[in-house]
Amino acid sequence: MPDAKGRRIALGCEGSANKLGIGIIAHDPLTGEAIVLSNVRDTFVSPPGTGFLPKDTARHHRAYFVRVAKKALAASGVSIDEIDCICYTKGPGMGGPLTSVAVGARTLALLWGKELVGVNHCVGHIEMGRAITGASNPVVLYVSGGNTQVIAYAEQRYRIFGETLDIAVGNCLDRFARTLEISNDPAPGYNIEQLAKQGGRVLLDLPYAVKGMDCSFSGILGRADDLAAQMKAGEPGPDGEPFTPADLCFSLQETVFAMLVEITERAMAHVGSNQVLIVGGVGCNERLQEMMGAMAAERGGSVYATDERFCIDNGIMIAHAGLLAYETGFRTPLEESTCTQRFRTDEVFVKWRD
Amino acid sequence: MRLGAFPFPAKVPLCPSVAIADTSPGPDKTKVRDNQHPQRNFTRNQSQTHPLAIGPNPKICQLMDPTSQSPPTKKRKMASSTTTTSTTTAAVEQEHQFPLPPILTHPSSTPPILITQGAEGRLYKTTFLSPSIPCALKYRPPKPYRHPILDARLTKARLAFEAKVLERCRREGVPVPAVYAQNAAAGWIAVEWIEGAPVRVKINEWLGSRPKNEEEEREGANKDQGPLVELMRRIGSAIAGLHRTGVVHGDLTTSNMMLRPPKASSSEQTNGVTEEGEKAKLLEGEVVIIDFGLANQSQSDEDRATDLYVLERAFASTHPRAENLFEHLLESYKETFGKKGVSVLNKLEDVRMRGRKRSMIG
Repeated sequence: MPDAKGRRIALGCEGSANKLGIGIIAHDPLTGEAIVLSNVRDTFVSPPGTGFLPKDTARHHRAYFVRVAKKALAASGVSIDEIDCICYTKGPGMGGPLTSVAVGARTLALLWGKELVGVNHCVGHIEMGRAITGASNPVVLYVSGGNTQVIAYAEQRYRIFGETLDIAVGNCLDRFARTLEISNDPAPGYNIEQLAKQGGRVLLDLPYAVKGMDCSFSGILGRADDLAAQMKAGEPGPDGEPFTPADLCFSLQETVFAMLVEITERAMAHVGSNQVLIVGGVGCNERLQEMMGAMAAERGGSVYATDERFCIDNGIMIAHAGLLAYETGFRTPLEESTCTQRFRTDEVFVKWRD
Repeated sequence: MRLGAFPFPAKVPLCPSVAIADTSPGPDKTKVRDNQHPQRNFTRNQSQTHPLAIGPNPKICQLMDPTSQSPPTKKRKMASSTTTTSTTTAAVEQEHQFPLPPILTHPSSTPPILITQGAEGRLYKTTFLSPSIPCALKYRPPKPYRHPILDARLTKARLAFEAKVLERCRREGVPVPAVYAQNAAAGWIAVEWIEGAPVRVKINEWLGSRPKNEEEEREGANKDQGPLVELMRRIGSAIAGLHRTGVVHGDLTTSNMMLRPPKASSSEQTNGVTEEGEKAKLLEGEVVIIDFGLANQSQSDEDRATDLYVLERAFASTHPRAENLFEHLLESYKETFGKKGVSVLNKLEDVRMRGRKRSMIG
């Protein structure tokens, strides 16, 4: 039920990958404003050279769920009675972690007698990005460890215009960080970005794989891995000089980001929009934001991006998107409160937009 | 500066790839489907009808960089004196929103007209060698966001590839624009100007001129749709011809095909032709495939079927009222392509079932 100020309040639980996030949001029906009351996150970090495995990640989420939930509740200052619904990530994501968090969400719903709302993770990112940046109808580039999609809204759905044909761009970066044995703390992509800032003496030749509005990253990763092996063997680069991990990170970023900007530009030309919103973990990368900004400026438009609080997986975005659906009457009955590894962005009927 | 002002013997290297997206709102833009392909259109402005230009020398020559040598005055004079057929509607200097590519900045009797601005490049109408020879110049400007080395590498490779593919099609008799000249390093390619309008425009015009009443439409469906069925068949056989040369287009849409009117019809139009007659003529002409910016060389059934699938989806979203006629296109494709065509169409079934999109985890 609405709180003393007439606001609707939702608690969102996210855990589709290695971040466990719980956030509480309030929607003011008078102003249409979304107010972030709390946004708590705990990340499972695996040692350098390794990735996070589903079973370890699921164990982490189970172990921390109660702690994170209590922290979020305390930080928000709302009472349990004031919460309208419990939102959770229905998918897409890794099965084990998703299940753990869905169990947690169901438990809260039963314990407190609240209704459940299952949320599409990608739609969560998009809605949060729109709410934070104020972009009204942007072309969305959603780039993370598991997804790479160019999306635009049309007739009640977020339509996928282009996407990766194999691995996600974040996965490509994460795996390359493993090749170089860069730290996974706070995130492999962040460390690649920092390293890339020191590179740039040479641009190493990597494949460039754009097909229409789709792109592909696995070949690039393969080539980058080969180059890393050459580097470790002490072989020189194209200019006869030895190259460094920083040069590799620089070249990798320049290449894959150019591909992303290119497919985004195509989608913008196609739908006639000049706003672009970047969401997802890779969206925090400042070089990507800079390149996108240069492209958008040339088209007379602008780029919208958020910082790590909202770009990286978080509970607040699930709460926000869930509450939007809740306000249109959407509910997920307990017996249907499943989760799924595959859940396309365009499967969601977006009733809350015109 | 018109290319027409350049003296020069061109040797034409060939080929790159330019993908240009039409930014203008059109019927095909508003109907966005999830799986829809980008529509890179080289939509010609209909108001400009120009004599069809045939390349002076299809085996071209290397255009010299205009900046390195100023055109001889003699040639220029000659050019201005022969300006009889050049652009009438656009003779006025256009205010250019974007800086012109260097090749178009030399003084000329026929100012360049920006036809479309896409995601990848811009299409200008200009003239080649003589003001009486219109040409389409595709320019891929440098992308400020891209690393300069990467940018130069991509632009050059794509342009060079497009020219190569066009040349190959031309040699094999596939109706595509002739390549007049190119400078891949400078980011441009000059090709034959195709008169007429995109197939998309023609089909919509034709559909629009037919009775709106659904019942009437159903009754007269078979009889009325004759010319459109005929057009679909011509498209099918043009695509079969293209595929036979070992080229897949990569972005087939009705915007990337021009309908070049038969030569005689332009003179007739001036002496009042009846409305009926005009309507009948609407869909006449040769289908010319354009914009090979995403083309690839491939002989596999899979790639060919994907090419058809992309067109099928684009066609359905662009011309929903004529969706049922797509089978005629496929039929004619099969007839023209023979045995190969049968296996491509079988593959098309698979491609359709699979769709282009997969569910992703993440």
